[in-house]
Amino acid sequence: MTAVKLYPAKPEKVYLFGTCLIDVFFPDAGMDALHLLEREGIEVLFPENQTCCGQPAYTSGYHDEARTVAGAQLDLFPGPWPIVVPSGSCGGMMRTHYPQLFAGCNREAQARDVASRVFELTEFLIHVCHVRLADKGEPQRVAMHTSCSARREMGLAETGPKLLGQLANVTLVEQARAAECCGFGGTFAVRHPEISGAMVADKAQALEAAEAEHFVTSDCGCLMNIDGYQQHEHRQLRGEHIASYLWRRTA
Amino acid sequence: MNQLTQPQRPADSAQGGSAAPAVQTFDPRHFHAQAHDALTNPQIRNNFRTAMDGLMTKRRDAFAEWDLETLRQLGANVRLRALAKLPDLLERLERNCQANGIQVHWAEDGEQACRIIRELCEARGAKRMIKGKSMVSEEMHLNAHLEEAGIEALESDLGEYLVQMAQETPSHIIMPAIHKNTGEIAELMHDKTGIERTLDADALTAAARAQLRERFMAADVGLSGVNFAVAETGTLCLVENEGNGRLTTTVPPMHIAVTGIEKVVEHLQDVAPLYALLTRSATGQPVTTYFNMISGPRKPDEHDGPREVHLVLVDNGRSRIYQDDELLDTLRCIRCGACMNHCPVYTRVGGHTYGTTYPGPIGKILMPHLLGLDATRDLPSASSLCGACGEACPVKIPIPDLLVRLRKEAVGEGRGNVPGAGVKRDAKEVAAWKGWQWLATHPAAWRAGTGIAGRFKALSPDRLPPWTDYRAAPKPAGRTLHAMIKARRKQEPSV
Repeated sequence: MTAVKLYPAKPEKVYLFGTCLIDVFFPDAGMDALHLLEREGIEVLFPENQTCCGQPAYTSGYHDEARTVAGAQLDLFPGPWPIVVPSGSCGGMMRTHYPQLFAGCNREAQARDVASRVFELTEFLIHVCHVRLADKGEPQRVAMHTSCSARREMGLAETGPKLLGQLANVTLVEQARAAECCGFGGTFAVRHPEISGAMVADKAQALEAAEAEHFVTSDCGCLMNIDGYQQHEHRQLRGEHIASYLWRRTA
Repeated sequence: MNQLTQPQRPADSAQGGSAAPAVQTFDPRHFHAQAHDALTNPQIRNNFRTAMDGLMTKRRDAFAEWDLETLRQLGANVRLRALAKLPDLLERLERNCQANGIQVHWAEDGEQACRIIRELCEARGAKRMIKGKSMVSEEMHLNAHLEEAGIEALESDLGEYLVQMAQETPSHIIMPAIHKNTGEIAELMHDKTGIERTLDADALTAAARAQLRERFMAADVGLSGVNFAVAETGTLCLVENEGNGRLTTTVPPMHIAVTGIEKVVEHLQDVAPLYALLTRSATGQPVTTYFNMISGPRKPDEHDGPREVHLVLVDNGRSRIYQDDELLDTLRCIRCGACMNHCPVYTRVGGHTYGTTYPGPIGKILMPHLLGLDATRDLPSASSLCGACGEACPVKIPIPDLLVRLRKEAVGEGRGNVPGAGVKRDAKEVAAWKGWQWLATHPAAWRAGTGIAGRFKALSPDRLPPWTDYRAAPKPAGRTLHAMIKARRKQEPSV
């Protein structure tokens, strides 16, 4: 049974763990996450030595390498502050798999402490900041693709749609089979490209069939996959990270 | 030699001269090619998508009034308790079955199980076997073994009957012929049994029923699987919808039940939650048409029922799985098929693509133990780890975690408890991960490297196959998040 998550009161400061995909490919999403948090009166600490949570190696079975990389992140959060991650899959890695990865090691307690302080961005905005958003954008039909890690590993099927629901001019549309994977799955997309390609084609088609004018996701892996497919196919419907969308419409 | 180390199906028997299409065989070693064939076959794509969508909806509706999480936890606990006491429960099962007049046989592997069953048949001169559905019998290739000994084994589950008629293997553990639509079934039955072509499913079922009824009456031996074997009472439970299980286990003079050793539960009352979970998870039914509880052969004052009942308990790799406290969870499975119904990969490639007796997520975590990680090298990786299987599993098997564990075993970083461990360790891939590890643990180098990638983004490749076979190449942004935040700090030192 999924444990009931007890959320802390809004803190003075948070750590932002930007994730490697955001760092290199979608830095604006990271900045927009930072802006959203600062607007809630929270000081955002960005540990300069952060790199990658270690997930790519972890899901590929290379756990020694994953543990070494994850271990390098554990020291970056010495204060008692929450660690906000604008990604369900990196957040899920840190919250769920860090304790497994370090089980029985001398850093297990530290891994558990870090894991207990990890929050996905939309989760943090809803459950800790109790954010109220004032929409300044034009009317638009938007679909949300919640990543499988956010949905199943972190239990966050609702937080993204709730945030979008606060935007007065946004009509949230739901694509068919919304809970089905987009086919990214990290190295799955290159180890089984044909299956992954069939999955992303179906996902893109479902988003278009829902007559969405735009789509957002809380994970840059899914974004790179679905939006990359749309670019490849020269399709009009495009997506962005939910942090960017929320910030753009409310700043 | 264990038959399971051989490719899934024996070589095709030649189809004498007729226009019958060649029988296609599947092998887990050819997963990629088989996936390609399935993905490019609109009929297969449509048959599975439609069927899986229907099954997912039925399951959801069937649990609508239930506290599903509590029930799943109960199911998981029942299975965990049974596994915790497995050696003891198996001995109790044996004692109580024997007390009921059921003869118990133990088989270390599939070949030994086949031999036991063949010898039981031969000792009684049995030449005609009628079979209820049994995936364990598929696992050990019983039909082919019996055929070589001149014993005809006929499948009586409708789906299995059709699959056998087409000389295929099941594509789903609950619905073996789910890869065929009504039109294809009509064509098959017309070709093989001479009935009129019709798209009326009831008429096709009635025709099959009539054909099978005679065979039940003529059978010398009935063979079935077991859904739950109850240790405290020595009862074999069989869940089915077609009545073929009832006929198989009651009409012929001898009934042989065959099952994996993990199917044992402790108490009769343990069956209730598992049955409630099984039927709803499998087909969305609150209850099946038949639920058979077999507790022995015909008694002296009874007028019907088999004169002999045998139980063959098959290990076939299970006790090796049992030794590992993580992999042990694989044995919780009650074979409902919900993991495949909910799997986005299975839905697209179908069951045959896996080339294994058990397809889909449960196949991916079970078959490497039976066939080794070499033959099944592409199975554990054929998952996006989306978690839909683990979420649907009625006994809460952590399937994604087990897939990751098998990936770890395959690249030689596990405990070495799976046959073929380390078979996928590849020097180039190891070097790539070591390089990644170095960069990700040297933050200054990471920032420099990612910074350079951004500055020279115009030079980043447009083609990165296989990624770019379906998608545009990801392009580094001009500046990294690290660089943006650093620049901002210079402007506003407090940030």
